[in-house]
Amino acid sequence: MAETYIGAPIKRREDVRFITGTGTYVDDIKLPHMVHAAILRSPHAHARIRDIDTSRAEALPGVVSVFTLKDIGELDATVPIRMYKIPGLDKYLQPSLARDEVRYVGEPVAVAVAESRYLAEDALDAIDVDYEVLQEVMDVREAMEDKVLVHEHNGTNLAGVHHVSIGDADKAFAEADYTRREEFRVHRFTGNPMETRGIVAHFDRGKGELRVYGATKLPHLNRQTIAAFLQLPEHKCHFEENDVGGGFGIRGELYPEDFLIPFASVRLGLPVKWIEDRREHLLAANHSRQVTCELEIAARKDGTLLAIRAQIYGDMGAYVRTHGGLVPCSTGALLTGPYRIPNYQAKIHCVMTNKTGLGTLRAPGRVESCFYRERMLDMMARDLDLDPVELRRKNLVTPEEIPYEIGFTRPSAHPTILDSGDYASALRQALERFEYDEMKGIRGLQEDGRYHGVGLSYFVKNTGGLEPYEGARMVVGEGGGVSVFLSIAQLGQGHETAMAQICADALGVTMDAISVFHGNTDLSPFGWGTFASRGTVMAGNAVHLTALQLKDKILEAAARHLDVDASGLTLEDGNIVQPGTEAPALPLGELVAHMRESITPEQGVPELEATAYYNSNNITHTYGVHLAHVAVDPETGVLEVLKYLVVEDVGRVVNPLMVRGQTVGAAVQGIGGVVLEELVYGESGQLLTTTFLDYLLPTSTDVPPIDDLVLEEAPSPYNPLGVKGAGEGGIVGTAGALGNAVSNALGIEVKDLPLSPDRVRAWIRARGDG
Amino acid sequence: MKPAPFEYYCPETLDEAVSLLEQHGDDGKVLAGGQSFMPLMSLRLARPSVIVDLNRVSGLDGIAANGDGGLAIGALTRQRALERDAELPARNPLLAAAVPLIGHFQIRNRGTVGGSLVHADPAAELPAVTVALGADFVLTSAGGERVVSAADFYLGYMATAIEANEVLTEIRVPAWKAGRLWAIDEVSRRKGDFAMVGVALWADMDGANCADACITLFGVGGEPVRVEKAEQRLKGAALDDATLKEVERIVSEELEPDSDIHASALYRREVGGVLTRRALRAAAERGTEGNGA
Ligand SMILES: Cc1cc2nc3c(=O)[nH]c(=O)nc-3n(C[C@H](O)[C@H](O)[C@H](O)COP(=O)(O)OP(=O)(O)OC[C@H]3O[C@@H](n4cnc5c(N)ncnc54)[C@H](O)[C@@H]3O)c2cc1C
Repeated sequence: MAETYIGAPIKRREDVRFITGTGTYVDDIKLPHMVHAAILRSPHAHARIRDIDTSRAEALPGVVSVFTLKDIGELDATVPIRMYKIPGLDKYLQPSLARDEVRYVGEPVAVAVAESRYLAEDALDAIDVDYEVLQEVMDVREAMEDKVLVHEHNGTNLAGVHHVSIGDADKAFAEADYTRREEFRVHRFTGNPMETRGIVAHFDRGKGELRVYGATKLPHLNRQTIAAFLQLPEHKCHFEENDVGGGFGIRGELYPEDFLIPFASVRLGLPVKWIEDRREHLLAANHSRQVTCELEIAARKDGTLLAIRAQIYGDMGAYVRTHGGLVPCSTGALLTGPYRIPNYQAKIHCVMTNKTGLGTLRAPGRVESCFYRERMLDMMARDLDLDPVELRRKNLVTPEEIPYEIGFTRPSAHPTILDSGDYASALRQALERFEYDEMKGIRGLQEDGRYHGVGLSYFVKNTGGLEPYEGARMVVGEGGGVSVFLSIAQLGQGHETAMAQICADALGVTMDAISVFHGNTDLSPFGWGTFASRGTVMAGNAVHLTALQLKDKILEAAARHLDVDASGLTLEDGNIVQPGTEAPALPLGELVAHMRESITPEQGVPELEATAYYNSNNITHTYGVHLAHVAVDPETGVLEVLKYLVVEDVGRVVNPLMVRGQTVGAAVQGIGGVVLEELVYGESGQLLTTTFLDYLLPTSTDVPPIDDLVLEEAPSPYNPLGVKGAGEGGIVGTAGALGNAVSNALGIEVKDLPLSPDRVRAWIRARGDG
Repeated sequence: MKPAPFEYYCPETLDEAVSLLEQHGDDGKVLAGGQSFMPLMSLRLARPSVIVDLNRVSGLDGIAANGDGGLAIGALTRQRALERDAELPARNPLLAAAVPLIGHFQIRNRGTVGGSLVHADPAAELPAVTVALGADFVLTSAGGERVVSAADFYLGYMATAIEANEVLTEIRVPAWKAGRLWAIDEVSRRKGDFAMVGVALWADMDGANCADACITLFGVGGEPVRVEKAEQRLKGAALDDATLKEVERIVSEELEPDSDIHASALYRREVGGVLTRRALRAAAERGTEGNGA
């Protein structure tokens, strides 16, 4: 046993049920008299709905109900924007069911409820919708011309604009020795948790209460929205997440289905289940990335960075969803990375197209901006004949400059501040671990007939913060067992383990005395959610603070029981001890037994519990380096990643096994996104990648060797534990490192993604010698 | 993603199966391993009203030697069974090398040889290999049997010569010629994916020169594509660099593939040529060692 639980490589408590398939996921929920919903989705990218006739469908055997927007009537609601509420975006919200027009393939139009999912899908086949097909617009550039409007009545496809202006970029450009301008593009792809979305809604007419299973990520926020929509008091709505098979930013957001299924249950007074199938997931759940950037850089001849300017275009799809302008705005938020770039100017455009709405995907915007910046730095190094590593080292913010205030890079009242770090140290360790210098010789054509290259990217990633607080409630019960109730949800990361580790250390009990509960709005009235790598930062610190309060309470109760002064007591491994005395240890369980059986009114009440919130707007920043060694077959364009390293400083590691799992998993997901995955739209706005036959995820046979090095050199000064989030560092640098490695291998400049064989071949062909 | 309603039959004899098909005409469809058909049904892209499940029909699987030294493979033979057949590499090394390229082992555990051949995905390995090998397909209906060559079986994009009332029952593969050079190669996005481009080929040598050859590509058209012009170029020539380069050029010129989301037509043409050259070189380098009887 390590001295502390924090830092110990403890296997996750969740593993057994996740790995052996014995978890309880939303589709495992089966309630008496439960019926099944299926959703009719638009087959058109843009069309006017002239008429919907549900009579044939309703007449089918086993069909319970078919409803359309008419039935929702005055309850009609829209998916709310919760973050990055740039002015103007609120005119582009998505209704629960399409109003008079459909604006992307996959938009919900009607709902069928039947005795089985099979019958519900049969009913969908029998709903007759009369569409008048309208012209669609699928490309951001075209959309900017406003010739075809996604929302006619708004008069423009430019839904919102956000400006960032720090220093005087124009002046810096005018005075610079060196400038370069490039256009970069990141393609559209999305998160594919193994478990798709799903909802079981059960309205109990007797109690007038609604229970919704399958909520995750933001159960309290979703409850707030749905309670208002259904005109029910919030405390009469109970949202439970069950086990969750991954989220990646996509799952758990509020979508039209989150209105429709509870609505159906209230209307019918029956439990209603809807499980998203993979086709629906690819069509209807948030898409992500797809941000284009015109980037300009200005520097001195010696490589000193002076300024960057950027025009950023987010392809928002047909409706602005819960994340508002987050994806393109986050691209702007950390575009300057870990570097000292005093002048920064950006204009961020949120542009509507006839596609599925854009939302977050693990390190949204940050993957994109790291790609743009790190590619640009490699180009600049080539232009100025500088070593790309030296160029970066020279411009890294130094420990002396930290905390380093970049300025107001987000639409928020808080400036972006790099809170702690030794950036040069992480770079040095990354290069050593990768044996970077030894690999200098292997650039270009090698004996195996392939072009080899090495690419590096440096990232910073905000973690925690964004929304102010999370809470924890802790109760001591029989035998000294401690129950920890979290306000935060879990998407599969391992809170049940990490939070128990944090609690055990702060409280002074053994970990096996602790049970962790989460993901149920009945456990705590308020809470935000699991995103932005904030779980350990926010909930971890809440647990820490609560445990300290509870410990005081326990010691006071023990002091009364023992008739000693509380200041002489402490709690160690579940025993109340009096250091420096001969007094025997009092096991916490004995104190509890006493309080339960024979506490007197003078001794108080048998209550040992505490609740505390960690409340902070401060954002911590992890940082680190990705390094990739790739080989490209010039004749087939096939790319192989031979070696991959992620180095990240997470401030303080709670559980190294879990951090490694997050890092490697994120890197696999990142590499998959850069090389394989793409949501492709074809003629008349049809999504062509609606199954895993065409949407290519990395599978176990495609994972390259991934090494990771986790550093703890710079604990965050912002929170008691000193932790930063570790969920995204493994993905942020993937596009940058791979883009640089392929460019390095082939002597070309990669400016867009994905790195598919067909595109790589096209670049080689364009080079003129292949 | 649930299939539309259908009636389900699971006959235990071939006679029963074909009479069910006879009875239901165009409404009936055969189910084998389900690896291609079930997804199509779940997406409601296929909506058969009657399913005739072959999985309980006896006598449709197995790998046997036929009279002339070739193979008779039951249509319901699982791809994995073929892969695991210890004698296959000696009896037909090209077929043996092709099977592991089909999907992943989980798919091959269920997927059948006949299912792959009738499904006729233009990027599938087995249709191309059976064309290259000059295999014959036995099609059985209530009225009896007929035999169609693999080359005549494939009629364009996912279209074949099989009739709605017929079951593919056996695949007859001619004897492997001693000393034959062969290779199969493909490029796919991920391991186990359908090929973007692939080639299966063999060459019979007369001393240092090629006497006869067959070059069949897959993933480059609606059906397996034989490039006879390239085969002609090989005949009488040594498999040297200059010839191989020529063959590459001819293949690239002859192919008329389509573009799709995974690769452009140009990519397929270029890489079709490249793979053919590489496969020929690999075949020549391997020589006749381990090339079967
Ligand atoms: C993830 C994945 C990856 C794959 N990758 C590849 C790959 O790389 N290469 C490849 O070649 N294939 C691949 N496949 C397809 C696989 O090989 C299938 O097994 C094969 O295409 C169909 O065989 P089946 O036995 O499953 O047939 P089924 O799916 O049952 O049937 C397919 C079609 O053939 C008909 N049919 C089947 N048997 C007969 C018969 N005896 N007589 C008449 N008609 C019949 C059916 O009616 C149906 O129309 C992949 C499949 C999956 C799911």
